[in-house]
Amino acid sequence: MDLMTKKRILSVEDLKTYFFTRAGVIKAVDGVSFTVDEGESLGIAGESGCGKSITCLSLVRLVPQPAGRIVSGKILFEGQDILTKKEEEMRQWRGKVIAMILQDPLTSLNPCFTIGNQVSEPFKLEKGNDQRKNIKQQAIDVLRSVKIPIPERRMNDYPFQFSGGMRQRVLAAIAIARNPRLLIADEPTTSLDVTIQDQFLRLLKDMQKQTNMGLVMITHDMGIVAETCDRVAIMYAGRIVESGTVQRVFLNPAHPYTEALMEALPKMESKSKTLFQIKGEPPNLLQLPAGCSFWPRCHKVIDICRIEYPPLFPVTNGGEASCWLLQKNKDK
Amino acid sequence: MIPTLCLLPVVVCGLFGPLFYPHDPTLMNLEGALKPPVFLSGGNFSYLLGTDHMGRDLFSRLIEGARISLIIAVFGVFFSGFVGCLLGVLAGYFGKKLDEVIMRIVDAQMAIPAILLSILLATVLGAGVTTIIIAISVVFWTGYARVIRGETLSLKQRDFITLARVTGCSRARIIMKHVLPNLVSTITVLATLQIGSAILIEASLTFLGVGLQPPATAWGLMISEGRAYLATAWWIPTFAGLAILVTVLGANLLGDWLRDKFDPKLRQL
Repeated sequence: MDLMTKKRILSVEDLKTYFFTRAGVIKAVDGVSFTVDEGESLGIAGESGCGKSITCLSLVRLVPQPAGRIVSGKILFEGQDILTKKEEEMRQWRGKVIAMILQDPLTSLNPCFTIGNQVSEPFKLEKGNDQRKNIKQQAIDVLRSVKIPIPERRMNDYPFQFSGGMRQRVLAAIAIARNPRLLIADEPTTSLDVTIQDQFLRLLKDMQKQTNMGLVMITHDMGIVAETCDRVAIMYAGRIVESGTVQRVFLNPAHPYTEALMEALPKMESKSKTLFQIKGEPPNLLQLPAGCSFWPRCHKVIDICRIEYPPLFPVTNGGEASCWLLQKNKDK
Repeated sequence: MIPTLCLLPVVVCGLFGPLFYPHDPTLMNLEGALKPPVFLSGGNFSYLLGTDHMGRDLFSRLIEGARISLIIAVFGVFFSGFVGCLLGVLAGYFGKKLDEVIMRIVDAQMAIPAILLSILLATVLGAGVTTIIIAISVVFWTGYARVIRGETLSLKQRDFITLARVTGCSRARIIMKHVLPNLVSTITVLATLQIGSAILIEASLTFLGVGLQPPATAWGLMISEGRAYLATAWWIPTFAGLAILVTVLGANLLGDWLRDKFDPKLRQL
């Protein structure tokens, strides 16, 4: 019932972002659809190079130029199509309505300026907000909200005087400064060690609870998904192969790829000395196999997999997955 | 240390020259022409470095010449730097056609020898301080444009620029507030190294007769006027030449020092 009252803030429909290179067209994101509700967190998980980051750059229309282009699809943000907006309008939305936390806190801050200066920037971009004292106080407040100790004193420090975890908090502060409706976190904890990772994820969850914003968490770490997300979408070679609630996907993975990912998680109770490994390598996006892109690595491959890409089939306990095996189940 | 020793006198003379001259640098005294400097027989302390063929005091003229050199170095470097950096940043940041156009102009211009181009400009525009400044700007902006474009290209890829973009900064704001501050050290080093070259160009143009014209007082002019007397009164061109040498050397050493200072790899921690 809870789900019914929640407002849908983002719905992506059949998004295609291609890169036009000399070697050919790389379909980095090829027909991806998903939704995010208010206060909900969606995890997008997958191997490196499966299109996760390009998906989220597409959401703010900052796909690397000039090779990359959003070819088709719809990105509806609270009912408005982002892709038809004027660039100037889009710019005003960035940071204000949709904010982003980047992957690498060590290089994402400008080495020339103090933390105070950089945290003030979002407030300075706010129109009609030019009282200096006010901005400084707002910056201190937002730094405090991401739990930076004694923010008043640290305002005049430079990024190099901050540790990695602290810098990531500063980035989070910059991202939430203007109370965005949607926060996109692109592998926010990859460069942090595990204890700091945990602290930071908790901080994100807290912030989300307070502001009721939607969260899209990009990661390759299934542990992070389990810890922070409500729903998860698994990406493989530019497409979403399975989606559903975290619980369902973790307990009853429907797609062989998801299954294999779960298998590959290190487990406490496991006695085996080696970790499970998915055989083969992620496919070259320039030369995708015919049919399902996962079949060369799939241990349950059937004839039709080699011929046609499977559509999304509903999964018994909710969610959907694109695998021909599910059709077989359905037909039975 | 050495750069300061070389450049400080020039700057001080350039700014406050009139306070120091023992004589009016343009005052002619044909009876006292071609007097040797004080350390040669026949010299006296009133004319420390001797006099030229018109009997003007060389020491005073050196001080006066510093002013012209300083003006030309400062304005020439400023204007060429301004144009070069502006176009370089635009080319690097916006890329595509704009980059292509600007950089091809740079390439084309770099194919023309600097001195030839400045002679051409000086001839077309007529001699004078303004002309030399224009010539220096036209010759030197390409150097800045190239380096700054390259730096901008690499800065553009840095994560904090992406952060500025996702935060919603406009392009103008990103260039002014995020790209330019990171270029300050590069621009400073380039500009300092350019000071020496600017002074050299000025002296060369003047020496060749297309720069400053008599009765102006400039080092290049002193050399070209004194050239005829090299055999009999060698001090006339020599001291002006030494002044140029020391200034250019000082500027280059300063540039090298700054470069090392700004380069974290060379900085001693």
